[in-house]
Amino acid sequence: MARYVVKRLALALLTLFLLSIIIFFAGQILPGNPGRAILGPFAAQSAVRALDHQLGLDRPLVVQYWSWIWDALHGNLGTSYEYRAPVSSFLVPALGRSLKLAVVAFVIVVPLGILGGVVAALKRGKMIDRVITVTGLSLSTVPEFVSGIVLIVLLAIVTKVLPVTADAPPGSSFPTQLRYLILPAIPLVFILFGYIARMARAGTIEALDSDYARTAVLKGLPRRVVIWRHILRNSLLPTITVIATQTGYLIGGLVVVEDLFNYPGLGRLIFTAATDKDFPMLEAGVLVIGVVYLAATLIADIVYTVLNPRIRLGGSDQ
Amino acid sequence: MTLAAPPPTGNAVETDSALEVSHLDVCFSVRGTDRQVLRDVSFEIGRQESFGLVGESGCGKSTTALAITRYLARNGRVAGGFISVNGQDVGSLSSEGLRRLRARTISMVYQEPGRALNPSIRVGRQLAEVYEISGVAKREAMDRAEKALGTVQISDPGRVMRAYPHQLSGGMLQRVIIAMALAAEPSLLILDEPTTALDATVEAEVLELVASLRQEFRTSVLFISHNLAVIAKMCDRVGVMYAGEIVEQGPAREIFDQPRHPYTVGLLRCVPRRGHRKDHGRLDTIPGFLPAPGTTETGCIFVARCVIATERCRLEAPPMYEVNASRMSRCHYFERAPELPRTTPEEVAEQSTGQSFEHFAEPVMRLRGVSKTFGSHGEKVRALVGVDLDLYRGETLGLVGESGCGKTTLARVLMGLTPADEGSVIEMDNEPVAPTVSRRTREHLRAMQIVFQNPDSALNRRHSVRRIIGRNLTKLTGLPRAKREERLLEIVRSVRLEERHLPLRPAQLSGGLKQRVAIARAFAGSPKVLVCDEPTSALDVSVQAAILNLLADMQSREHITFVFISHDLGVVRYLSDRIAVLYLGRVVEYGGAETVFSGTHHPYTEALLSAVPTLDGTKRDRIRLTGDIPSPANPPSGCVFHTRCPRRLASGICESAAPALLEVEDGHMMRCHIPLAQLRQAQNEESPGGPTAPGPTGASCVDAG
Repeated sequence: MARYVVKRLALALLTLFLLSIIIFFAGQILPGNPGRAILGPFAAQSAVRALDHQLGLDRPLVVQYWSWIWDALHGNLGTSYEYRAPVSSFLVPALGRSLKLAVVAFVIVVPLGILGGVVAALKRGKMIDRVITVTGLSLSTVPEFVSGIVLIVLLAIVTKVLPVTADAPPGSSFPTQLRYLILPAIPLVFILFGYIARMARAGTIEALDSDYARTAVLKGLPRRVVIWRHILRNSLLPTITVIATQTGYLIGGLVVVEDLFNYPGLGRLIFTAATDKDFPMLEAGVLVIGVVYLAATLIADIVYTVLNPRIRLGGSDQ
Repeated sequence: MTLAAPPPTGNAVETDSALEVSHLDVCFSVRGTDRQVLRDVSFEIGRQESFGLVGESGCGKSTTALAITRYLARNGRVAGGFISVNGQDVGSLSSEGLRRLRARTISMVYQEPGRALNPSIRVGRQLAEVYEISGVAKREAMDRAEKALGTVQISDPGRVMRAYPHQLSGGMLQRVIIAMALAAEPSLLILDEPTTALDATVEAEVLELVASLRQEFRTSVLFISHNLAVIAKMCDRVGVMYAGEIVEQGPAREIFDQPRHPYTVGLLRCVPRRGHRKDHGRLDTIPGFLPAPGTTETGCIFVARCVIATERCRLEAPPMYEVNASRMSRCHYFERAPELPRTTPEEVAEQSTGQSFEHFAEPVMRLRGVSKTFGSHGEKVRALVGVDLDLYRGETLGLVGESGCGKTTLARVLMGLTPADEGSVIEMDNEPVAPTVSRRTREHLRAMQIVFQNPDSALNRRHSVRRIIGRNLTKLTGLPRAKREERLLEIVRSVRLEERHLPLRPAQLSGGLKQRVAIARAFAGSPKVLVCDEPTSALDVSVQAAILNLLADMQSREHITFVFISHDLGVVRYLSDRIAVLYLGRVVEYGGAETVFSGTHHPYTEALLSAVPTLDGTKRDRIRLTGDIPSPANPPSGCVFHTRCPRRLASGICESAAPALLEVEDGHMMRCHIPLAQLRQAQNEESPGGPTAPGPTGASCVDAG
């Protein structure tokens, strides 16, 4: 078990290293020159060159990469070209806000999705199964900006149940902050619900049709015990992996929702950095998303292992 | 020794029969239409009686069992008739009543023990659950579970309790499931192919265990198997099923000695038995195919495959005729059934070349010191250890041993799919053969071909039959295009496929036809050596017989050398000229087939042979093999077989020194410290009934039901 975790950790670090290389060199391919971008189209070419030199951009790429990654490992993610301030002073609060929104969306959608999927599986072929499956599928095809706008109109403008923006006023209490985050979380729940429910349904159906489920039923166990003890633990394993793969999207991919609800999260920060050619900010942002994503996958793998004795204890004969 | 205090079965009425199935019809709805899979199935099991259902895959055995427990697939339903267990009508029970019935009255043991247990719950916990259902506290339930494991002869119950299913062997898991099934002291125990997935030696142990526990617990048993010999051994009465009907029913002994339905007669003739060998004649087969499920015949269900069928059989469905007071047969002409004419001529096509000179000839292939070591998790697993074998032209070498003994590894090493260790010598016609297939010459590739166990996964399902066979012709023979077509048709005809099969894809063929395609593919390049790795194990007995006949015919025609691997000793004996018995990757006995099978055996061979149940009803004292096969990663000291050997010498030499493979008599090699004379004496004392013959065992079939 420990060996497995160490192995996975090493693999995650390797992935991160490769990711950093890709990010860095992709940044070089983007058109435009940072010096020119910062100084504007009317600055003298000599001034641009001087700034490039000052920023170290005239050094060989490998050296630039090395100094970037070395600084990043020491907690210095660089200085924003746009704001002339450390990247981290923008990144950290943005990440915090993104995490908050993601957690709220997760807390709503994971239990709902699993419950929906399991119920659909248990009532396979019945009306409720069709309702859950069709609803999930339909909701996931509606883009966030459509459902977001409809929700804003319905819940914030017409009925005034929830606030229009996502960011609570500074100094708000935790419950107030939560209240502000519910409305932007709903479009995300819509998108993910169908996906998670479908995985949970498929896993549960597979477990229900398995030989061990038959053994459990024919032992004379009450249905409730069969489902809780024998079905769920095996059926939800694949769902865990699916949930983990959605973390990256939830943390860094919410440009539209953050924009719609005027919420300065990581997605918006990276989007702005890309349009401003603010490379240090862009690179650091993508790297952070990479870290979060890898961490989520690693946690999912470990949870999967803990729940699955065949991996935990080694299964040479399987 | 009791497993549990039986809770009083509340509403059950004491009746004479534990199970009564009466005129049962079961339908499966497939895409909106009902397909009838069971038709008018009736039988009764008395108290403490053991009743067997036997038949080929798809005949409805398992469906019957599931209907009794009311656990039919979601699209299945009982369309007519009724089932009563202990006098309770199963069909009319409420869901709570049904749960109670399953908890207290019926128990079931399943075909694949590895899949029947929950992979993420400890074995002990799963067993204890059964006691908890009857209201026992958790702690006590665990104690009782541990005791129950002792009852099924598990020597270290503590370890097994804490293990997860994947950590235990198949035989061990099946014991756990038997313990689980008997925990509630049910009045009806259903065993659905309980030993099909197990090795013969393990099968023998499990069957013995079931037989002894049946006495102890006084349960009635419904035993389901495709294997006639297992049913003959385990059951008082038997019902033979065909295409959803019971076609013959009566006392097991009588049915197997004097079958009174053409299907039963045919089935019994399909299995090679009593030392039947390829040079004695071909096996009889049942022509034709099982009718597609759901087809409605106006006449007899077996009419299309029956040799003695008349116009009456086509028009009028036969009722269950009473043959005598205790027997029934669903055949208009049950008196004539025993004289059923053969469908395959018995005589063998005259062999032009005599067998005798072959022995003096040079071997086609020579293996010297062939070893294979796998490294896994830092351990060295020696799958093959110094194997020396010679393959002669036109002969079959049978490889025999329990699973994990190295049979398949040897086949893969021969084919170059797994490279042998450094220093191993594989020669063909005195030329060395490269260890891996990618480095072999085209000539060597052509000369060696293989037929796998499962044609479903071995054939490319997107290719047509023509392409599958034709590709090998192009790749291996280098014949000009015009000649290729000619040769293709020739091969297709020789495996008794027809031209109309050529454009079809594997999925459109039955299992037997698919295996014929696989054989045709292997024969395409006229190989010198053909490796057959369990080629009939996935097939039904009637199909198996046809494939064995085909292999024997092709061998006598083209003088190809076979390496034949099978767990079924009857089948190996039918086709083999020489036998090599493998244990933990070592050849423990090697010699002519008759010498090995009916002469004096190595103790391991003796145990293998005596583990196979026979149809002849001769009871032999079984040489018991106890315990599991030791891990090849950590083989026992001295003779590797000493940990399980029933004839281990008292002197201690077996534990300390490894015996060499020595020629004990002409052409008969053995790896044993016991002198041949002493072995012979011991073996003759225990089996006065003459030479022990492996009985027929059915092919393990994947049951569609």
